[in-house]
Amino acid sequence: MSKRSIRLPLALALLLIGLLIPGTAVRAALLLAAYLIAGYDVLWGAVRGVLRGQVFGESFLMSLATVGAIIIGEYAEAVAVMAFYQTGEMFQDYAVDKSRRAIAQVMNLRPDSVNLLTEDGSSKAVDPAGVGVGALILVRPGEKIPLDGIIVEGESQLDTAALTGEALPRAAAPGEEALSGCINLTGTLTLRVTRPYDQSTVSKILEMVENASDKKSRRETFITRFSAVYTPVVVILALLVAFLPPLLLPGAALQDWVYRALNFLVVSCPCALVISIPLSFFGGIGGASRAGILMKGSNHLETLARAQTFVFDKTGTLTQGRFTLCSIHPQGLSDKELLEAAALTEQHSLHPIARAIVDAYQRAIDPERVKSVNETAGGGVSAAVDGRQVLVGSAALLKSHGIQTPHTAEEGTVSHVSIDGRYAGHLRFRDLTKPCAATALERLRSQGVSRLVMLTGDSQQAGQEVADELGIDAVHAGLLPQDKVTRVEELLALPGRKGSLAFVGDGVNDAPVLARADVGIAMGALGSDTAIEAADIVIMNDDPCQMAGALRIARRTVRIATQNAVFAIAVKALVLGLSALGLSSLWMAVFADVGVAVLAILNAMRALRLTADNKGCVYINNMPKKAKAA
Amino acid sequence: MTQTYKIRNLGCAACAAKMERKIKALPGVLDARVNFITQKLTLRTDSTQVDDLVRQAGDIIKSLEPNALLVLPAR
Repeated sequence: MSKRSIRLPLALALLLIGLLIPGTAVRAALLLAAYLIAGYDVLWGAVRGVLRGQVFGESFLMSLATVGAIIIGEYAEAVAVMAFYQTGEMFQDYAVDKSRRAIAQVMNLRPDSVNLLTEDGSSKAVDPAGVGVGALILVRPGEKIPLDGIIVEGESQLDTAALTGEALPRAAAPGEEALSGCINLTGTLTLRVTRPYDQSTVSKILEMVENASDKKSRRETFITRFSAVYTPVVVILALLVAFLPPLLLPGAALQDWVYRALNFLVVSCPCALVISIPLSFFGGIGGASRAGILMKGSNHLETLARAQTFVFDKTGTLTQGRFTLCSIHPQGLSDKELLEAAALTEQHSLHPIARAIVDAYQRAIDPERVKSVNETAGGGVSAAVDGRQVLVGSAALLKSHGIQTPHTAEEGTVSHVSIDGRYAGHLRFRDLTKPCAATALERLRSQGVSRLVMLTGDSQQAGQEVADELGIDAVHAGLLPQDKVTRVEELLALPGRKGSLAFVGDGVNDAPVLARADVGIAMGALGSDTAIEAADIVIMNDDPCQMAGALRIARRTVRIATQNAVFAIAVKALVLGLSALGLSSLWMAVFADVGVAVLAILNAMRALRLTADNKGCVYINNMPKKAKAA
Repeated sequence: MTQTYKIRNLGCAACAAKMERKIKALPGVLDARVNFITQKLTLRTDSTQVDDLVRQAGDIIKSLEPNALLVLPAR
């Protein structure tokens, strides 16, 4: 790259001196020198381009415009056009380089080396790519976790912000998984590597974000097509403007019309347009990934921005998948007695309902009172409590023991109890909504989402309760996974539906639904390859406010991209119009062209600084997944 | 087969779009992407003569931007 920062001031100085000197020959010589200093590389590029058959290249068009200006005697303007064009290029390079860097920085998660533990207990730094599965590695406080692994030794706090955008560190202890890309904060950890480098969480995320801009938005496709036509059309118009009027109109001076045509050539380059759109999207994708939201393509970002219908899976998305006891319906005994019998029976079970019963009992449980516990998966538990046979579970479980359960008017999530073969009543539970779910939905509404729909495999009653609490428009309950696809298809086919339809799920068992929706969003996906694979947009933590954050980033990014396209096309059209009427000068044309490019790039760079803005929406990740696994 | 190559000195977005169009039109290329921002060419092909194809892509890149250079991956 030649030193434009020296050449351009020099050329401008010569231009000024040339303009001050009255003598024609000296002035012409000075201006020509300035012109060559400013633009010799552009001229050379034009020659090389033409030799290879490229007539609509940027260099060629600029050369043609300036050489034309020299031929009709406008030396000063030729210098100006070349100098400002080069200034614009310089600025453009700088801006593009800067955003490339900024994006690289966002993704500065890649580890440089790994401390591999050798057999004698010492560690040596090696290339992460060369470390195999099963190897033991050492991560000191303050270091990035280089590879995914299971903690073998040590306890620490992990900063997951780079992956999830979450500010609160997570505790990590032996037996737990530590994901690459997190920062080890407090203690030294020894990890057993579970995945090779190229399949590690951080490599996958980086690859995904980098490739995201390969999936083009409709705006970008439009602009690319537009620019492919725009340049030839403007050049042909330039030819017509230069030569037709002098031939047809009496008294039209050739020189005058050629000058107007040169204006056309100056604004014929579409680069400002072509670059600003993908740069905006890239910035938006970069900003989102910093907030813990992975957008897997510019096209998905664009579809999300149009979303007016949001469809949610209930459990794990809006609710925690943790239950709380909400009412006790005993039959022939007191509330307390029923709860006590159930709590004693369920004390060892890890089922979410069992945990809810034990939590509700709130008293110390004497394990000695319970004998011969037997748990039926998906059914319930039977045990001998104080010598009495107690069953706690579904109607089906009781029925299999020959006990009829009365039809409960209120459905919801219910657990029936029988004592010594006699029906003793039932307990009702509610799935707790996430602390931030209501705020999140409110934010979606305030961003113009007109329809909120919830799908659930639970009962109508259970679904309706959550829907009422959160202000959801419609609930479809009792659905099997394949029913969810059918429901989404129905919603997609709804007549008069505006905008696009987004589906939000946990990404694990709703992959077909994620694929079927206009845009599929997986939540709480950190560490789940299936979810990351299946979704178009991946929210790493399970904070519902991130949905609103993702929508916000998508909307703003698209707005920036649209502003750029409209602004650039409008200014170009204006300059073309003014030039045709003879109201524009080359000065104006080059300022318009370079100025638009610079403004568009600056505008696009705003996208990089977009945030999810989850202020006032503190969500403490209580990791329901882990609770289930424990 | 999908392979990604780095392009050095890719300076003009409109040229990148043109490169993409031309490389896509090469026989044996199923899909091609020239990403101006990440400065990468992603090539999907079913051709057995990948080296030859990559050379042709390199020529296209050079013809549109004389300063640009397709970087071949180290073997």
